[in-house]
Amino acid sequence: MSARPPRRAILGQLGAASLAACAPARTAGVTLRFWAMGREGEVVQTLMPAFEAANPGVRVEVQQLPWSAAHAKLLTAFAGGSLPDVCQVGNTWVPEFAALSALEPLDAAVAASRVVRPADDFTGIWRTNIVDGRLYGVPWYVDTRLLFYRRDLLAKAGFPAAPATWPQWMAAMQAVKRGAGAGGFAALLPLNEFEPLLTLALQQDAPLLRDGGGRGNFRSPGFKRALAFYGEIFRRGLAPVQASTQIGNLYDEFDRGAFAFYVTGPWNLGEFRRRLPQARQDIWMTAPMPGPAGPGAGIAGGSSLAVFRSSANKAAAWRLVEYLSQGPVQGRFSALTGDLSPRRDAWEAPPLAGDVKAAAFRDQLERVKPTPQAPEWERIATEMQLVAEQMVNGRLDVDQAAAEIDRRADRLLEKRRWMLARKPGAAP
Amino acid sequence: MKGGQAGWLFVAPALSVIGLFFAVPALAALALSLTDFDIYALADIRNLRFVGFRNYAELLANPLFWQALGNTLYFVVVGVPLSIAASLGAALLLESRLARFKGFFRTALFAPVVTTLVAVAVIWRYLLHTHYGLLNYALGALGVAPVDWLGDPRWAMPAIIFFAVWKNFGYNMLIFVAGLQTIPEDLYEAARMDGASALRRFWHVTLPGLAPVVLLVSLLTVAGYLQLFAEPYVMTQGGPQQSTVSLLYFMFEQGFKWWNLGTASAVAFLLFVMILAVTLVQLAVARRRGML
Repeated sequence: MSARPPRRAILGQLGAASLAACAPARTAGVTLRFWAMGREGEVVQTLMPAFEAANPGVRVEVQQLPWSAAHAKLLTAFAGGSLPDVCQVGNTWVPEFAALSALEPLDAAVAASRVVRPADDFTGIWRTNIVDGRLYGVPWYVDTRLLFYRRDLLAKAGFPAAPATWPQWMAAMQAVKRGAGAGGFAALLPLNEFEPLLTLALQQDAPLLRDGGGRGNFRSPGFKRALAFYGEIFRRGLAPVQASTQIGNLYDEFDRGAFAFYVTGPWNLGEFRRRLPQARQDIWMTAPMPGPAGPGAGIAGGSSLAVFRSSANKAAAWRLVEYLSQGPVQGRFSALTGDLSPRRDAWEAPPLAGDVKAAAFRDQLERVKPTPQAPEWERIATEMQLVAEQMVNGRLDVDQAAAEIDRRADRLLEKRRWMLARKPGAAP
Repeated sequence: MKGGQAGWLFVAPALSVIGLFFAVPALAALALSLTDFDIYALADIRNLRFVGFRNYAELLANPLFWQALGNTLYFVVVGVPLSIAASLGAALLLESRLARFKGFFRTALFAPVVTTLVAVAVIWRYLLHTHYGLLNYALGALGVAPVDWLGDPRWAMPAIIFFAVWKNFGYNMLIFVAGLQTIPEDLYEAARMDGASALRRFWHVTLPGLAPVVLLVSLLTVAGYLQLFAEPYVMTQGGPQQSTVSLLYFMFEQGFKWWNLGTASAVAFLLFVMILAVTLVQLAVARRRGML
């Protein structure tokens, strides 16, 4: 390990003299520990030799974590003081790790960087990394949910184009359902996934939490509108009252025409291409999420790259983040994983440019909104969906369900309210 | 008095080890369960609050806790008798005078116990696979439609039980083999001369002779099965529809997924009390039946 100048200074400096410049790294014998999850963790290793060649003396040790264990492992590593230097962090986790003061603020490094420029990134995605005005991560890839639909079934039902508004969507579903016959449905909104309802909710103006994130805001007219629309889809029998685990093989079902709309994410671009027969590739298409009155907002999901405060090699760590953000590297990464880039310039080059089925994502990404930045958010979203499931099963009406979600959210946020009251203006 | 002191001196090492590794952690868990230790407290210990019995009250009001308790009891009530029956059956076969290659079979039947759970879980996931699993293939030959073992909430727990019994029966089998060898051969001879059938010999000679061993095995198995965790963790991750969330799995999620160590400690303490209570009941029943 080399001697360490003050952290801010070196971050700024090295950010300025980025790797694109030929100034070789002065750090020698540095081993960077980099944790990445799932498929990304598998393939990112192949991008490392080029980074190591450009940064003599820096070696990257990639450790792959399964998604199911990653969150627990990161918290345990924080408690045990064994966090890596750089890590892939789900962007909904950023507020949580920021609350722990585990993340290094990156504002100065980004300001000095010629590679990472906020203006290149989709605004909604970039904002997920800002907590209380400070930047804690750089978007790596994005995830949002939108409509995958059966073009042929829609055309047969009299809709040549995908719906752009809720009324159009509802009308299209009704028409598809009429043509589907007994046992057929128009849409698949798995009841164990909170993303479809959350997307509808984010399309409303009302925030999902109020009082500085201290209380739920699910009784707002906006959320109730979203909940009512969601419930109506099931009440009219347009979507099966089922979890995704109850559906044998949804690709086969989609191919059979058991449903014409499916709200899901970018990984399914690859899955649909692989699992539907070559001759049937024309039947499906993607479209941005319909909104109440025109193209609507989507969830700003995905993963960011973050540098941990405990790292002894922050300068080299930042260079790795910059390297992974470069347009060509992003392109290779997209080709390897099928992940979508958070940078607009990466969309102007292959493989993303010219991919007609990914184009809807490009469009949707201009309209994505971050979820509330409370560390408790993921649990609140889980509870929201459990209550919505009860509502869909007819055990609650919209008003009761909204009140119940608020009650559960307020219970989960009790500690946060206490902390907000104790430290006014210093919400974690 | 002098003798008493010497006695304490002799047990002091054992007592201090028990104190250090059992009493202190148990008390610490109890203390932790009365606080709201969470990620905020992890960031700054000044964010820790003493909440009395609130964690316990919230647990008792949490439907998932009750479901986890129900799932765990399902596992214990079905799994323990099955496991003991499998162990005893295997031990009887091994001790049968007709058995050949006893050493080989003893090792083979014991092998699952010493294999790594995660590694065999991978193999079992293949065996249980809906479309190309061996189990469904065999059932298919009998005309049974394929069962989605790990994906159907009704079948996931039976599959976990099946897996756990297979994984664990070898250990108790060895204890039973040792127990069977202590039953004097002349008892069997006498019974045979009285014309007792094999079944009656088992019922009136083998089982009474094994009574203390059965007690020991059932105590260990119940206590072990109440702590179900690794099987659902590697096979189903608590799913589908939380049908394989056990108490310990629930505790793990609370503690290490959400970092609610206060709640997790409360679950741990309740589980501890439960295991203690079940063990005391078992011992009391055994004492009344004169097994001790």
